[in-house]
Amino acid sequence: MNIAAPTAAVQTDWPNAIYRTLKRHGVAQISYVPDAGHSRLIELSHADPAIATTVLTTEEEGVALSAGAWLGGDRAALLMQSSGVGNCVNMLSLLASCRFPFLTLVTMRGEWAEFNPWQIPMGKATAQAFEIMGVTVFRLEQPEDAEEVVSAACSLAFESDQPIAILISQRMLGRKKWTEVK
Amino acid sequence: MTRNSQLDRREAVKALLADRGDLLVVTGLGSSSYDVFDAGDHDGNFYLWGAMGGTAMMGLGLAQAQPKRPVLVITGDGEQLMGIGSLLTIAARKPQNLSLAVLDNGHFGETGMQRSHSGLGAKLDEIARGAGIASVAAITDMQGIAAFRNDVHRLGGGPKLALIRISTDHVDRALPPRDGVFLKNRFRQHLGLAVS
Repeated sequence: MNIAAPTAAVQTDWPNAIYRTLKRHGVAQISYVPDAGHSRLIELSHADPAIATTVLTTEEEGVALSAGAWLGGDRAALLMQSSGVGNCVNMLSLLASCRFPFLTLVTMRGEWAEFNPWQIPMGKATAQAFEIMGVTVFRLEQPEDAEEVVSAACSLAFESDQPIAILISQRMLGRKKWTEVK
Repeated sequence: MTRNSQLDRREAVKALLADRGDLLVVTGLGSSSYDVFDAGDHDGNFYLWGAMGGTAMMGLGLAQAQPKRPVLVITGDGEQLMGIGSLLTIAARKPQNLSLAVLDNGHFGETGMQRSHSGLGAKLDEIARGAGIASVAAITDMQGIAAFRNDVHRLGGGPKLALIRISTDHVDRALPPRDGVFLKNRFRQHLGLAVS
């Protein structure tokens, strides 16, 4: 099969709402393993000189980075796709051992109109993978809830020293568009 | 390749931390944590007892949050190997105040002295250079340690990595506090940050 690169995920203003809310809560470091669903938020982060934006080679690096940021007085957020959550399991023990605040925003794959069967096992296990390590899981299903959900998660994370994951529904990201090349 | 360095790990780490001033230190689990504790406990030390592979990344997060303070990660070859990708991540960010000291005895010392990839021929200094780490040194003597110690305190020209060839000789255990919440709060208090 000859397929061109996928187009960017359908964008509404929810990435902006997430960005504004993270800023309002004083997030100064953002790290990520890229995902099409996070592409707008990643652009906004890179464009903001007040946010140290770090591209990672694997997701668990971002767990340790967030802990180091907090040690030094910075609030951090980690962006990833559901397929990377399993990579983080061992490193999440760092958060429990030291009661570090932690916030991650996870774009979901393998749960809604998924075309790639290889995404499904980790997509089905995403929430449980967090929960077995003591991370509280929030669901963001509707774009208009972005600000409220992210704000509640920031308060829980940074004011109550909790590890929080927000799973962003694949339905919100829109179907992945593929263009056939003749 | 020098594989028979006689550098004593305790002596090397003590010299690295001499006159530490405003230096902040994060240590990798196992012997590196013991070495740093043995050199003298300090509120600006954060000892990891787990999170293997994460020490350098904790150092990056800390260095980005405290750009005016020198930050030194002290870890072993095995711990750094588990987080080898973090060398690429750190190089991409170019933190000017972050240095990494990798204590390399070519073995997994904590688990029965199995040979590590470094002991089996991997060249961590070349890997660090290839990852884009700005300044890389391989150190086999105390003069090299003294020179790297001065580099660590000089902000600029980073990130820096020293591969410190240490002897495999046994040293006594020196166990730092293991309570992560205590270590976190002590560290933040040292920086004048709120303790929740």
